[in-house]
Amino acid sequence: MNKGFFVALMLFLVAAGTVAFHFWSPWWFTPIASNWGYIDDTIILTFWITGVVFVAVIVFSAYCILRFSHKEGRRSEYNPENKKLEWWLTSLTTLGVIGMLTPGLFVWNQYVTVPEDADQFEVMGQQWQWSFRLPGKDGTLGTTAVKFVNDKNPFGINPKDPNGQDDLLISGDDLHVPIDRPVKVLLRSLDVLHDFYVPEFRAKMDMVPGMVTYFWLKPTRTGKFDILCFELCGVGHHAMRGKVVVDSASDYQAWLAKQKTFAQFVREAELQSEKESSLAAAEGSK
Amino acid sequence: MADITPTTTDQIPAAEVEDVELYHAKSWWTKYVFSQDAKVIAIQYSSTAIAIGLVGLMMSWLMRLQLGFPESFAFIDATDYYQFITMHGMIMVIYLLTALFLGGFGNYLIPLMVGARDMVFPYVNMLSFWVYLAAVGILVASMFVPGGPTGAGWTLYPPQAILPGTPGADPGAGGGIILMLISLALFIIGFTMGGLNYVVTVLQARTRGMTLMRLPLTIWGIFVATILALLAFPALFVGAVMMTLDRILGTSFFMPTIIQAGEQLSYGGGSPILFQHLFWFFGHPEVYIVALPAFGIVSDLLSVHARRHIFGYRMMVWAIVIIGALSFIVWAHHMYVSGMNPWFGFFFATTTLIIAVPTALKVYNWTLTLWRANINLTLPMLFALAFIVTFVNGGITGLFLGNVVVDVPLSDTMFVVAHFHMVMGVAPILVVFGAIYHWYPLMTGRMLDETMGQIHFWITFIGAYAIFLPIHYLGLLGVPRRYFEMGETSFIPASAHDLNAFITVVALLVGAAQMLFLFNIMWSMRHGKVAEKNPWKAASLEWQASGMPPGHGNFGAELPVVYRWAYDYGVPGAPDDFIPQNTPSSGAAASGQEAHQT
Repeated sequence: MNKGFFVALMLFLVAAGTVAFHFWSPWWFTPIASNWGYIDDTIILTFWITGVVFVAVIVFSAYCILRFSHKEGRRSEYNPENKKLEWWLTSLTTLGVIGMLTPGLFVWNQYVTVPEDADQFEVMGQQWQWSFRLPGKDGTLGTTAVKFVNDKNPFGINPKDPNGQDDLLISGDDLHVPIDRPVKVLLRSLDVLHDFYVPEFRAKMDMVPGMVTYFWLKPTRTGKFDILCFELCGVGHHAMRGKVVVDSASDYQAWLAKQKTFAQFVREAELQSEKESSLAAAEGSK
Repeated sequence: MADITPTTTDQIPAAEVEDVELYHAKSWWTKYVFSQDAKVIAIQYSSTAIAIGLVGLMMSWLMRLQLGFPESFAFIDATDYYQFITMHGMIMVIYLLTALFLGGFGNYLIPLMVGARDMVFPYVNMLSFWVYLAAVGILVASMFVPGGPTGAGWTLYPPQAILPGTPGADPGAGGGIILMLISLALFIIGFTMGGLNYVVTVLQARTRGMTLMRLPLTIWGIFVATILALLAFPALFVGAVMMTLDRILGTSFFMPTIIQAGEQLSYGGGSPILFQHLFWFFGHPEVYIVALPAFGIVSDLLSVHARRHIFGYRMMVWAIVIIGALSFIVWAHHMYVSGMNPWFGFFFATTTLIIAVPTALKVYNWTLTLWRANINLTLPMLFALAFIVTFVNGGITGLFLGNVVVDVPLSDTMFVVAHFHMVMGVAPILVVFGAIYHWYPLMTGRMLDETMGQIHFWITFIGAYAIFLPIHYLGLLGVPRRYFEMGETSFIPASAHDLNAFITVVALLVGAAQMLFLFNIMWSMRHGKVAEKNPWKAASLEWQASGMPPGHGNFGAELPVVYRWAYDYGVPGAPDDFIPQNTPSSGAAASGQEAHQT
């Protein structure tokens, strides 16, 4: 086999193989469960625009190799510049870039603009576990500060803030969210960077100690999904998992009714310590 | 027309400054060890970089073993794994690629290609290598202190990089992170000494007639990359110093109030995101510090072996300069989901996608160089073609990650891993290989073995592509990067685990092919075919040097005088299909001049 033919064929096979792999391999997006289908659409648009360029460049190179492989006595063409061609290529590339950037920025604008009627919940990360806080009946989360964090108040809720008393606290258990309701996810970390990500939701944001970050989404499909930490947070990073359940409205209300408020949590903790101290006293009096 | 083509006159002004007397080695030690000759320093830099690069390569095998066959290797635990990913990344990006392209190729090629006898500050140049060697030594030492090297990821994000729970930062075993930061600081000091040399040599020591617009693109790439490095590394330097202070003295530059394992730490008021800005202000230009020399070198490989001038030389030069400048205003595209103000996303997505335009233009011009050429499918040419394929593939996935909202689901997935390995791992390394096959005869006087080279090329190119192409799709699926093991999930099918096993097998095979390459380098030094003078018939100056390898002082009694650009291939009417840069424009080239002007 002629060397030029072989190299051109291999390049062509790389391009064809890439396209075939793209369309026929079994690995693709995890089925979506949120409103961020726009993001998937932008990705697919980007695949098309860049895919055409990728194939064109490789097929053109393969053709050149086939056609212009070394022949004794032949001279290459001498024309160092072709302004017209270069401008054409620049303009077409610019158009392609605008074609990808415009929808991208449009969707980003939606991503950073939280709907006014959105519900809220808070995710708190620490090495290497998740806990969650919901605003309770008043619809408002209580303020928090690191200085309030202790055994009885792991979330660091301000005990004097009335908004915090009815906050629902979920630790060591699955998070539930209602379907078809936009929700703003507030993110907090106590120790190092973490990142709250549910692949089916497509939306994520880092959790940074010392500040509150956020994103929003609207779940569109009921089911139970994995929560994974997506920012390296130490040796337990890969084991920092949780589950989120997207419920129908009625299932969600039923679940909500069973959750404990901060006030209940504090009272139980006090009862517990009273019991312990009276036990200790009883022990002592013996 | 600009003076990239033969000028109308042979009159090159007389030298205004006399040749400066070179430092001449007086003993074996000053000739081969504490050498001030850029060619020796280049080989010292390259050997050290390749040696530490092999350590990085071995770590990638261990990582792949864990990913392909989890729970099969008792000797790899989570701590080891996170140390491997950290050291692998750090070694490959900084201690291998940066050092090899600038310290290795920069030192060897700049004086020879601009027509200088040596770098302008030979003593500082020597010092640069020894400081680099010390930085590598300290990096290696960090692997042997109690607790081992840092496992914070190569990005070293605080707070976790300096807190317990991260390898190399646990109480009583915190030498790992400190030595890492010291090693980085030393690397930067060493690099600065070399970098100033490269820039000043290009600006001040070009031979007569070598205008900037006649420089080979290799030199343009290295020159602009060095400027980027001189401006970008200081950001990493201060970041490293501040983090060292946070760790040792308890300052809080990057440390907010933190509660770890129920205890409130003594830190407070600092910003973890500030470090990320400093890191990526360095980190993004770093991509181009590696890529621009590769762009330059590959342009020359394509041109020489296709026997055609590079297409659109001036556009290529300006593209390098524009990419370099833009690379300083795109850094926060690494931080779209970091928690920084989300409105920054609009700006950084726009600047990032603008960079695609000059970059795409370079790709078009490389392929257009092949048009109506007379292509020799030599090993350097094959590697250059493989670079185009992998670079385009890795470059277009950059358009995904740069387009802020598209980055949201993809960031911190294996898609990112696949993207940067393809674009700044595989593609530049393929250029390194091409460059070694191309310049080995100049450095040793012998050719590398062709058969071993062919085996090396095909396994490396097809293998590396087969490794990294599918990894993109694991990322689409939602597989995170930096995971010791996936464990139970509901969204990753069993077939993805089979794919991981396949990738691991291919990775080991590609690794083995690199051993063959190293063997070829050793073997050919003694047994390779003796190279004829200027074996590739290249027009640039390094092949006009006093020998192969060039002797001390590079050129004969007189420095060459340059009359034309480095790309006079296939000039109509010329007796040969190439005209060396130091051939006067009377006679042979005159007709080429006319042909071009019509």
